[in-house]
Amino acid sequence: MENSATLEAEVISERRAVRSRRLRRALRPWLTPKVIGGGIIVLLLVIVGLSAPWIAPYDPNVQNLSHALRPPDWLFGANVLGTDALGRDILSRLFYGARISLVIAVMVVIISGVVGIALGAISGYFAGTTDFLIQKLVEVVWAFPPLLLAIAIMAFLGQGLENLILALVSQRWIAYCRVSRGQALSLRSREFVDAARSLGARHTRIIVRHIVPNLLPSALVIGTFSMASAIISEAALSFLGLGVPPEIPTWGSMLADGRTYISTSWWLALFPGLCIFFTVLGINLLGDGLRDILDPRLKRSGSGIG
Amino acid sequence: MALLEIRDLKKYFPAAAGVLGRAKEHVKAIDGVSLDVEDGETVGLVGESGCGKTTLGRCIVRLIEPSSGTVTFEGRDLSSLSEPAMRDMRRKMQIIFQDPYASLNPRMRVGEIIGEGLRIHGLAKGRDLKERVLELLARVGLRGEYFGRYPHEFSGGQRQRIGIARALAVNAKFIVADEAVSALDVSIQAQILNMLLDLQQELGLTYLFISHDLRVVEHVSDRVAVMYLGKIIEVAPAGKLYSVSQHPYTQALLSAVPVPDPSRKGTRTVLQGDVPSPINPPPGCSFHPRCPFALERCAEEEPRLEFDGQHGVACHVFGPGGKK
Repeated sequence: MENSATLEAEVISERRAVRSRRLRRALRPWLTPKVIGGGIIVLLLVIVGLSAPWIAPYDPNVQNLSHALRPPDWLFGANVLGTDALGRDILSRLFYGARISLVIAVMVVIISGVVGIALGAISGYFAGTTDFLIQKLVEVVWAFPPLLLAIAIMAFLGQGLENLILALVSQRWIAYCRVSRGQALSLRSREFVDAARSLGARHTRIIVRHIVPNLLPSALVIGTFSMASAIISEAALSFLGLGVPPEIPTWGSMLADGRTYISTSWWLALFPGLCIFFTVLGINLLGDGLRDILDPRLKRSGSGIG
Repeated sequence: MALLEIRDLKKYFPAAAGVLGRAKEHVKAIDGVSLDVEDGETVGLVGESGCGKTTLGRCIVRLIEPSSGTVTFEGRDLSSLSEPAMRDMRRKMQIIFQDPYASLNPRMRVGEIIGEGLRIHGLAKGRDLKERVLELLARVGLRGEYFGRYPHEFSGGQRQRIGIARALAVNAKFIVADEAVSALDVSIQAQILNMLLDLQQELGLTYLFISHDLRVVEHVSDRVAVMYLGKIIEVAPAGKLYSVSQHPYTQALLSAVPVPDPSRKGTRTVLQGDVPSPINPPPGCSFHPRCPFALERCAEEEPRLEFDGQHGVACHVFGPGGKK
């Protein structure tokens, strides 16, 4: 009796060992330096953004004019990274700014991804007239300089988070659409699509079950890159005063505020600038790493066959 | 009445576009094919690459819309069916593809691939569906544990078995096997062929077996049709075609099959020239420029497929009406 119990325990622990070995083997191709480095930066950004209300030492909007333009005081000061012209704590504002950057980047990537993949899949799968019309729309939107279109939309709709996201999506879906369309064009004539048709599948089913899942790996790579560019564009629009309302701290508007004092109080512009720099670097590294893994043309031989 | 009746089927693909996007020239992939397939029999379809075999197979299951002519299945003209009726009809006629790598969606699990037809037609759900798929896996000689695996984990032969299970899932009666074993190596070919024959016995299936490999076709078929440049030039019961073929093209094709007998001296007929372009096929009998027996008449008048019992030949010289 006891014997069988220990035997059972052994079997279970053996199974566990096999499972963890399998997990490690499945993860190994993903653990490249680029993915790890980029991943850590992005993870840090996510943590800071989510926990801003708890880790920020001050309310980011409380003004204290008697403490205005205090230089950074690294260890013992009340304001570790100094204060701005209105006496607001820079570190707290950076923490809250990470939230905005994060929300905007994620929302823009998701919305433009959904729109771009859907239109691209439809365009490529149906080909012919549908394809022609959608691609003409793409060309029209593509003809505008990206930032100019975003500025026009913001000027027309006014400031606000939703409008900002809309303005950033307005051109970012194009990249997904073009890539998806090209792939869908080649997928539509693959035999597994013919097989689905001969089984009697409707177009919607073929697009959702057979075309789109095969478009996702490349869309994921575009997503990470467009996330970085969305953060930069958000900063640029905020810098121009066309971003979110002034009471919401963002890195771009902090940069714009700091510009006036750059010769006397360097910390105002430096820290938000560094934040943007490292965030974009981290996301780009991650995207680069993901592309190395997911792009079949760059895939090392041997993986995927087994 | 035959299960499948093809009458004067044509498929022209636009080739060069003229002014205003109107097609100026057409590739005549199928140019007037008529063929009957009886319930429960296997009809082999042979011919060299580019002769229109695959297009014919795809027109029958309506993956390609034919330009003209009719395909009648169980007495119903497929081109006259409404879309829902056609979708329902698709259950009964399935196709197995040549390339076992391209014919399975790499992002779907085996269970989903095989069960898709059941889901589309609402034939089974949940546990029933899984049971049915496991049963199909067993039927094609695969283990049930493959249910949750992805196609890339399988060999070519196993993938082809998955493709066959997918076709069987919807209780198909008629299956177009489009070069179904051509991409496999010889030992696997034999396994798959025997499995197809066993399935035919058990389920009473009807096959249209398309191949360029004459030995394979001889092994599985009851009747064989030979295609040349989009037309059927000879039809005969399998045994008869291989022994007493009439058409010069069939004879040349058969003489190219290697015979594993070193003492046999080659009586091989080697054809002159290449297959003419299907954009501008030669007038009259499309085979006449390469035919060693061509008469004047062959260049002018197109020979019709004429039958002597079950054996049909389209030839002015060797056909039933011809002078030998």
